[in-house]
Amino acid sequence: MANDAHAHAQSPALRVQFDTETQQKDASTLGMWLFLVTEVMFFGGMFLVYTVYRHAYPGIFAIASSSLNVYIGAANTIVLLCSSFTMVLAVRAAQLGQRQAIILFLILTLVLGGVFLGVKAYEWNEKFQEHHIPGSSFHFEGMQPDEQAHAQLFFSLYFAMTGLHALHMVIGVGVLLFLIRQAQKGKYSAEYMTPVDIGGLYWHFVDIIWIFLYPLLYLIDRHLKG
Amino acid sequence: MDKLPLFPEQASTFAPGVDHLTYFLLAVAVFFTVLIFCTIFYLAIRYRRRSDKELPHAPHGGMALEIVWSVIPFGITMVMFTWGASVFFNESRPPDNAMPLYVVAKQWMWKIEHMEGQREINELHIPLGRAVRLTMASEDVIHSFYVPAFRVKQDVVPGKYSTIWFQPTKPGKYHLFCAEFCGTRHSGMIGWIHVMEPQDYQRWLSGGAPEGTLSESGQKLFTDLACSNCHKADGTGRCPSLEGLFGKTVQLANGAKVVADEAYIRESILHPAAKIVAGYQPVMPTFQGLVTEDGVLQLIEYIKSLGPKPVVGGGGALGK
Amino acid sequence: MITAAVPERENYLNYKYGIKSWLLTKDHKRIGLLYLFTVTLFFCLGGAFATMIRIELLTPQGNFVSSETYNKLFTMHGVAMIFFFLIPAIPATLGNFFLPMMIGARDLAFPRINLLSWYLLVIGGLFSLFAMLAGGVDTGWTFYTPYSTTYSNSWVIATALGIFISGFSSILTGLNFIVTVHRMRAPGMTWMRMPLFVWSHYATALIQVLGTPVIAVTIILLFCERVFHIGIFDPTLGGDPVLFQHMFWFYSHPAVYIMVLPAMGIVSELVSVFSRKPIFGYQFVAYASMAIAVLGFLVWGHHLFVATESVYSALVFSFLSYFVAIPSAIKVFNWTATLYKGSISFATPMLYAFGFIGLFTIGGLTGLFVAALGFDVHVTDTYFVVAHFHYIMVGGTIMAYLGGLHYWWPKITGRMYPEGWAKLSALIIFLGFNLTFFPQFILGYLGMPRRYHVYPDEFQVLHVLSTAGASVLAVGYLMPMVYFIWSLRYGKVASANPWGATGLEWQTPSPPPVHNFDVTPIVTHEAYDYSTVIGQEVEVG
Repeated sequence: MANDAHAHAQSPALRVQFDTETQQKDASTLGMWLFLVTEVMFFGGMFLVYTVYRHAYPGIFAIASSSLNVYIGAANTIVLLCSSFTMVLAVRAAQLGQRQAIILFLILTLVLGGVFLGVKAYEWNEKFQEHHIPGSSFHFEGMQPDEQAHAQLFFSLYFAMTGLHALHMVIGVGVLLFLIRQAQKGKYSAEYMTPVDIGGLYWHFVDIIWIFLYPLLYLIDRHLKG
Repeated sequence: MDKLPLFPEQASTFAPGVDHLTYFLLAVAVFFTVLIFCTIFYLAIRYRRRSDKELPHAPHGGMALEIVWSVIPFGITMVMFTWGASVFFNESRPPDNAMPLYVVAKQWMWKIEHMEGQREINELHIPLGRAVRLTMASEDVIHSFYVPAFRVKQDVVPGKYSTIWFQPTKPGKYHLFCAEFCGTRHSGMIGWIHVMEPQDYQRWLSGGAPEGTLSESGQKLFTDLACSNCHKADGTGRCPSLEGLFGKTVQLANGAKVVADEAYIRESILHPAAKIVAGYQPVMPTFQGLVTEDGVLQLIEYIKSLGPKPVVGGGGALGK
Repeated sequence: MITAAVPERENYLNYKYGIKSWLLTKDHKRIGLLYLFTVTLFFCLGGAFATMIRIELLTPQGNFVSSETYNKLFTMHGVAMIFFFLIPAIPATLGNFFLPMMIGARDLAFPRINLLSWYLLVIGGLFSLFAMLAGGVDTGWTFYTPYSTTYSNSWVIATALGIFISGFSSILTGLNFIVTVHRMRAPGMTWMRMPLFVWSHYATALIQVLGTPVIAVTIILLFCERVFHIGIFDPTLGGDPVLFQHMFWFYSHPAVYIMVLPAMGIVSELVSVFSRKPIFGYQFVAYASMAIAVLGFLVWGHHLFVATESVYSALVFSFLSYFVAIPSAIKVFNWTATLYKGSISFATPMLYAFGFIGLFTIGGLTGLFVAALGFDVHVTDTYFVVAHFHYIMVGGTIMAYLGGLHYWWPKITGRMYPEGWAKLSALIIFLGFNLTFFPQFILGYLGMPRRYHVYPDEFQVLHVLSTAGASVLAVGYLMPMVYFIWSLRYGKVASANPWGATGLEWQTPSPPPVHNFDVTPIVTHEAYDYSTVIGQEVEVG
């Protein structure tokens, strides 16, 4: 215990259950990876449902998909990719102990994430205007009555999957705000930047989910006419 | 009071096979249960602790033993699998000459329709010694058609057809249960299967049905719903002729081929846009909400009756 | 007999008092006790529902409660027992308490997340409790669609939300355990020196982490369907009701291994210490736990044999279901072989271990029955299946849980329970259990479907036997509740290692200090090396 007490006195960030900072960092990192695995299983369930119904109604899904704005979706994809880049820069700054740079890049990431969410809100509003929101007022132009239900299925999946993704982005924004505040207080250094590291892991994961969502939802059959 | 029965009556061709499988499973289970119980009992007593200072020195591992008691149980389970699978396979393939019947399940009753038009609620009369194939639909939630004496069960899922077949071997009255929880009166959704001698069954059948045969009801629906406006028999209408359609392979507009079975016809009535026949336009409106599951089955029977030759199990009670 | 007159050394129970010190604790031992309290409440709730069910089934007619009420009773019995008792019980009470100690750690990797897990269970439990009190839910714990999404008029959403929230409790506990085992083992505590209790909790944690998110997303879709009518599972809108079943069982089958693997871990500990020998085939038992966890994910389709899945799917799932039985069989054989040339004690925990082995053997063998396609067609959705899973969950898991509680009670509380009463309860439970559930195998084969409020007269005798057994079983369960509480004040004060067990948890005083070990232990010998403890005081034999 003497050895442990000494180690804990030296590094205030070292929690009592851990013996060394390396152990703590390894545990936190493994914990975040495990959490991301659970998220894969979580989103995976949605992807499974999508796969089942796209296989059942391929034509309807293609038509419904083509009503989404592929350019806005592409722009949003680029925004998110850039935000992952700025996140990497933030992690790098933390490794180098550059407090100002950490804060700058985290804020940039936050802004880009905010842009993504804003564009999403705009897209959803567009869907609302077009009566593509599932429910009693759903109507897809030019489709037979019995096909409306299948188109509604596509949009249900669209909103469920992008909604779940957006929720994770919002949580990510919260995480970023926390990291920015902690960075401003000078809590991160080259010796201790684990929260920035694992925050980055989470952010990248949310980005990767979008990379899958974009083609599955927006790019089903771009050669479709009408 | 009777001796407490452990097995239900054996009243179908499946029952003895299932019961023999059960005897085998029981034998294995009893063997291993007795083996484990007795071994534990014996070892626990033989090696009971006699002093607090005892410190056993005994082997605590052995590859040979591990292999033996992994491989032998595995072998036994493979026998179980194979035997169970073969019984199951038999149950999944109705013979071609099975008499078709239709079942519509709804909360909380079984509606059964004979080809000749008889409608039964919660009862099913069938003749001894003839295979019977039920095509089943649900109007609402999932139900399950279960006859313990026949050892058969099949879920009835809304939105699709499921089939079950059996051949009764003993006259009598047997429980019919719904075996998938379906709401408040799930345990009231029960009935009887009446297996009759063939002559008695004929007599029961000739009691007749006021509405006419299933096929005749279907014909009436066909006219009432104006299907004949487009589906002209000579093929000059906007939609394909349905003569001889049942059982034929159909070429679709998207290049695929599909066999026109019960499920195809049901889908064509309720979701016509799903499969468009090659050379035709998607102009057929959906009849979902306009026709019940019963009605769909009647239309199917009518369509089956159209054309040069009757197909799988078509015709009356004794038809071949 | 020493009573509480001895001045108490500081330990995790007395170092701080007050409700805040419990509700805001980060100590895994206190959190384990918080869980113990919570799961016991839900066990009593589920037990109350079971009592009413068995009373109703005494007679063929439905004259005790209405059909609607009955349907709610069996649903809520299932929900309470499965999600709020069986899934959390062993991992979150005994696992939380002892996993860190067994590997020489001061706590779990993430103590605050551990506390959050408990709060999530409580919040989820409150949602479900609200649903039960506000009118109940009647869909069966399996929530099959479209009944649950379109037709049921009961509190489906509240219950589903409760289960959804408690699912995160399970995921976080699993995550915590995995990281702890990977990163916080004391020096010298290699994987192959870990107690088998730890191995089984590790395997369980893998299932919790991989499987639970799938039921979470299934519940989200159920929620959306019921609230927004979007058509995911509604056939009239193009959805597939059987898709729900696939997704539901993808989690719920591995879930049964979440419920039984920790129990097997307890049994390994008990058989070893009360034979004074290492478990026969340690490596095989350890790997068998992992095999069960992996194979358990591959068999969900055996719940859909008659649900209109294809014949070929059914064949594959039946085949794989036999595979998952083999590691369990290996464990039973290894436990039995451990007794050979051992020094067998018949202390209460060992009686429960024997009970587990016997009843789990029967339950597991009947699993082989239902894995056989031709057999399952006849008995699925009948009382045969009900008997099968109760043999494993009650005859198995609950017996092991009780065995573990008795075994570790002196360590947790510093007191011994009364051995005579404990042995009597164990016997009553064993007899009551078999009388309750064995007749149900026969009922099932005779054709009595499950979830039936009223039934044909010819099934009554067997139901009466079953209800008689249930009353005996209830008495058996009440007894430990009484004497455990009694022992807190009047039980004999326990020493550090009353059973002469190996395992790092027994190297600490009873009850343990807040940080478990004054000095981080260094492990130099294999698990279950009794030569290191022989000569220490042994409490009962």
